[in-house]
Amino acid sequence: KRVKNVELSVPIAYGTISFWLGKKADDLHSHKWTVYIRSATNEDLGPIISKVVFQLHPSFNNPTRVVESAPFELSESGWGEFEISMTVFFQKDAAEKTLELFHHLKLYHEDDNAPQSTKKPVVVESYDELVFQEPTEAFYSRVKNLPAVHVNGSPGELNVSSGALEISNERKRGDTKDHQLGQWFGKYSETDELTSIMGARQQVQKEIAKLKSMLDSEAMKLKPSAP
Amino acid sequence: MDAKDILGLPKGGPVGDKRVRAPKETVPKKLDRVSREVYALTGGLPPLIASVDTKQRQASSQKISWQWLPFANSARTDGLQLSHWVRVVDSVVPTGDYAFAKYNRSVAVLKYTDDEYNKHLADTKWTKQETDLLFSMCEQFDLRFVIIADRFSPPRTVEELKDRYYSASKAIILSRATTPEEVADHPHVKDAYNFNYETERKRALGLLLSQSRQQEREDAEVLAEAKRITEARLSKVDEQAEQPSAPGTDLTQPSTDTAAAATSTTTTTRGHRVFLRGPNLGQMVQSMLSSVGARIVKRIEQILLDELGVRLEPKIPTESICREHLELRREVLNLVNLQKAVQWNEATVSFMRETHPEVSTPNTPKRGFRGGDRAAAVSGERIGKRDHKRKAPARFSDTPPSPPQQKRARKLKSES
Repeated sequence: KRVKNVELSVPIAYGTISFWLGKKADDLHSHKWTVYIRSATNEDLGPIISKVVFQLHPSFNNPTRVVESAPFELSESGWGEFEISMTVFFQKDAAEKTLELFHHLKLYHEDDNAPQSTKKPVVVESYDELVFQEPTEAFYSRVKNLPAVHVNGSPGELNVSSGALEISNERKRGDTKDHQLGQWFGKYSETDELTSIMGARQQVQKEIAKLKSMLDSEAMKLKPSAP
Repeated sequence: MDAKDILGLPKGGPVGDKRVRAPKETVPKKLDRVSREVYALTGGLPPLIASVDTKQRQASSQKISWQWLPFANSARTDGLQLSHWVRVVDSVVPTGDYAFAKYNRSVAVLKYTDDEYNKHLADTKWTKQETDLLFSMCEQFDLRFVIIADRFSPPRTVEELKDRYYSASKAIILSRATTPEEVADHPHVKDAYNFNYETERKRALGLLLSQSRQQEREDAEVLAEAKRITEARLSKVDEQAEQPSAPGTDLTQPSTDTAAAATSTTTTTRGHRVFLRGPNLGQMVQSMLSSVGARIVKRIEQILLDELGVRLEPKIPTESICREHLELRREVLNLVNLQKAVQWNEATVSFMRETHPEVSTPNTPKRGFRGGDRAAAVSGERIGKRDHKRKAPARFSDTPPSPPQQKRARKLKSES
C-alpha cells in the first residue's frame, strides 16, 4: 500500500508579486498583486496538487478563493498588506491531509524612499519543498517520473532547467515556464548555501579538534602520562 | 417623634433633629419653574447638559392647540366614526389618512373561476368545496396555516393544506401567464412547496427535539465514531470503511459531512507523511535542543550567525542543505560544550596551581601520583554524575573534578 524507504520531494516556490498601479490607482485599489504557488523549476504541479484554497483578508469579496487547476495562482487589486493563507489539497491517490502555507503580502518596498514604479514590482518569494514520506503506491507510480518530482531527495544541482520530455502539443499550460510574470520568479541554486554550510562545518570541526587536543593536554597536567 | 410627643419628653436628643436631616432635602430651588420634588429626581444637583428651554420652543411664531376631532380610517370597511386628539397648528387641521392605515396589509390570495378549477385544479384528494373553503380561509386568516388547520373540516394536516394551496396557486399562475418566463420569478413558481420534504423535515425535527438525554448521548457517540472513521478513511484510501447508519434521524447526515471537512485541515508535521521541509527542519532542530538550556541555545545561534555567517533557517531548504544544517547544529553544540569543558579545565588547573603546586606538576611523583590518582579515581565517579547532565558524555572523560574534589585530594594528602 505504501512504499517504504521512499521520499518524494517536490521543490516549490511561493509568494507574491505586486505592481503599483500608478495613474490608474485609486484609494481602494493602489496595487495589483498576484499570489501563487509554483514548482521551483516551473513544472506543472497539477498531477500533485488537486486544488489550492487561498484565504484572503475578510475585507475582500469572497475571501475564500479556490483554484482548482494549475497554475495555482490568484490575482487581485487592493491597497493593504495582510497575511494570505494557502491550503494545499493533494490529489486523491496521495491520500494525504492538507498542508497550510502562510505568506505576508508586501505591496511597498523595504526602502521607504524608493519611488514606486509601475514597471518594477515588489516580489517576495520563498523556496520550500513538499516532502511525501512513504507515499502510496498509486501516487508513487504515477508521479515518480514527473519532472516536478524528485525521488529520495532533491537532485544534486537544483537549477532552473527547462524540463526535457513532454513534446506533447496539447500543453494545458499547467506549468509556469512561460509565465507572464516569469521574469520576476526567483532562481534557486543550492550550491551557494550548501558550500557555505559545509565550510562552516569544517571550521567547527577544526575548532573541535583543537579544543579536544587542548583538553587532552590539560588532563595530562593533572595526571602523569601512562606508563 | 410622636412617641416623644406622647411621653412629653423634650424633642431633639443629643443632636438636634433638624440637623440630622440630610442637607440635600432642603436645598433651595435653583430654578423657579422646576418643583422641589422634580429637582430632587436629578439628585438635587444641576443637570450636566442644558435641557430644552421651554420658553424658546416653537419660537412662539405659531399658535398650537389640541382639538378632539373625528377622523377617517381607510383600513376600516364598516364606516365606524371615531375621534381622537389632533394637534392643530395655527388653526390648520392636518389632513391625510389615518397614520396606521398603511399597516393593514393582507395576502394576495388568488381567486379562480369555476372554469379554471375544472381545467387545472381537479384533484382526486380534494373536492371543489374543500378547495374553495381552503382558499377562503387562507384569505380570512392571512395564510396562517396552523389556524386554518385547526378550523378546517374535514381535518387535514398543515402540510396537506399548504401543498394544496401552493400547488393550486402555481397551476393558476402558470395557466394565466402568457409566457413561462414572465412568471418564472414568482415565488410560487420558483420555490415550489415540496410536500414530502416538508413532512419528512418536520418529523425529523420532532424526533430530534423529543430525544431523551440517553438518545442525545448516543447520537453524539455515533457522530464521534463517524468522524473517526472518516479520518481513518483519509489515510487509507482503498479500505472500505462503512459509515454507521444514524438511528432514524436524517439530520445526522449533514453533520457527518461537516465532521469530515473539519478533520481535513491540519498543519502538524509530526508523524505525518507530507510536510514542508523548511518548517520540518525547524522542528527537528527544536527536538534536538529540547534538553539543552536556553543559554546554550543562544550561544549556538550566536556562533552560527556571527562567527560562521550561516542563517538560522536555510533560505533554500533542500534535502542536502537541511541534512548539513542539522549536522552543523549538532557540531556547534558539541563545540559549545567543549568550550565549556576547556574553560572548566583551565579554571581548575589554575586553582590547583595556586593551592597545590605539587599536585599540578608531574615532578613530584609520589605525592602527585597519589593525589592525582585519587583525584582521577574520584573524578570518575564525579563524571558519572555529570554525565546525566551532559549531552555527549564520552568526550569528557578528561574533565577535571570539581573543586570539592580538591578538598578531598588535600585530605588524602594529609592522611598519607
